[in-house]
Amino acid sequence: MTATVPTTAALALGDDALVLSHRLGEWAGHAPVLEEEVALANIALDLLGQARVLLSMTGDEDELAYLREERAFRNLQLVEQPNGDFAHTIARQLYFSTYQHLLYAELAAHEGPFQPLAGKAVKEVAYHRDHAEQWTVRLGDGTDLSHDRMSRACDALWRFTGEMFQPIPGVDVDWAGLEASWLTSVTDVLGRATLAVPEGPRTGAWAAGAGRQGLHTEPFGRMLAEMQHLHRSHPGASW
Amino acid sequence: MTHTDWPLWEVFVRSRRGLSHTHAGSLHAPDAELALRNARDLYTRRGEGVSVWVVPASAVTASSPDEKDPFFEPSADKPYRHPTFYEIPEGVKHL
Repeated sequence: MTATVPTTAALALGDDALVLSHRLGEWAGHAPVLEEEVALANIALDLLGQARVLLSMTGDEDELAYLREERAFRNLQLVEQPNGDFAHTIARQLYFSTYQHLLYAELAAHEGPFQPLAGKAVKEVAYHRDHAEQWTVRLGDGTDLSHDRMSRACDALWRFTGEMFQPIPGVDVDWAGLEASWLTSVTDVLGRATLAVPEGPRTGAWAAGAGRQGLHTEPFGRMLAEMQHLHRSHPGASW
Repeated sequence: MTHTDWPLWEVFVRSRRGLSHTHAGSLHAPDAELALRNARDLYTRRGEGVSVWVVPASAVTASSPDEKDPFFEPSADKPYRHPTFYEIPEGVKHL
C-alpha cells in the first residue's frame, strides 16, 4: 500500500485533520471537565469530517486511513504529538488551528479544488481557533502553575511550527504571507496570555518537521498501531 | 480537580424561529465567555441563527416553594381579576 499512494495536496491536508482528530479522540472520558470533553469531541468530529472529504479526493478513505504505513502519511509532525497535559493539547490546538484557519480562509476565497471544502470548514476551524485562544489566555493568565504548564507546552511544540509553512505542491496560497499572519496572531494571543513567544528555532537544523516527506516522530507509530489495529485484523470487513 | 472556581450557569436559548429565550439547562464554566461556548456545544449543536443567554445561577432569585400558596393563589372567586371574557380578534398573534 505504501508505494501505491500518490502524494497529493489533499492527502497532506487530509492527514493533518485525520491524525489530529484521532489525538483529540483520545481525550474522551479524560478531559478536565465534562463541558470541555464535549468541546474537544466536537472539534475532533469536525476534523474527522474534513479528513473524510479530503482523503476521498485521493482514493478510498478507509484504505487510506487504515492501510497505509507510517512512512506514507503526509501529516505535519505537530499534529501527531501526544496530548500531554491539557496545556500541551491547547498549545497544539493554538498553533494548528490558527494555521488551518488562515489557510482555509485563503482556499475558500479562491477558485480551486479545495474551495468547496474550505468554504464549509472555515467556519468550523474559526471556532477551533477561538476555543484554543480562549484557553491559552485562561491558562497562561491563570494560576502560577497553569502559567508554567502553558509556557512549557508552548515552548515544547514551537520547533514543530516551521513545518506548517513549507509550501505544499498543488496548494496555491501565499505561504510567506500565511506565516507572517500566523506569527502576528500567535504573538498577540501569547501576549494576552502573559506568555513569552518561545525563542527556539522554528525552521532549520535544530527544528523538527519532515512529516510532509513521510518522516514522523516516535509516538506516531504507536498511535497508528492503535488506530489501524481493528481494520488490519479483519481486512475487507464492512462496518 | 474541584469545581470551586467553576460556578453553575443557567442557559437560555432562542431558536432560529423562536420568539423568546427558553431555559435549556445548566452547565459549569469558569466565566461567561466560556459558558457561552460550552452552551453552544451542549445546547445548540451549532445550529445557526440562534441566540444564547448565560446567567450565573447565583444571579437568579427564585420564588420559594414554601410560599407557593399565598404567592400564586389565583383568587378564582374574584372573576373581575381575570379579564377572560373578551373575544380575541383573529389578527392578534402570540397572546
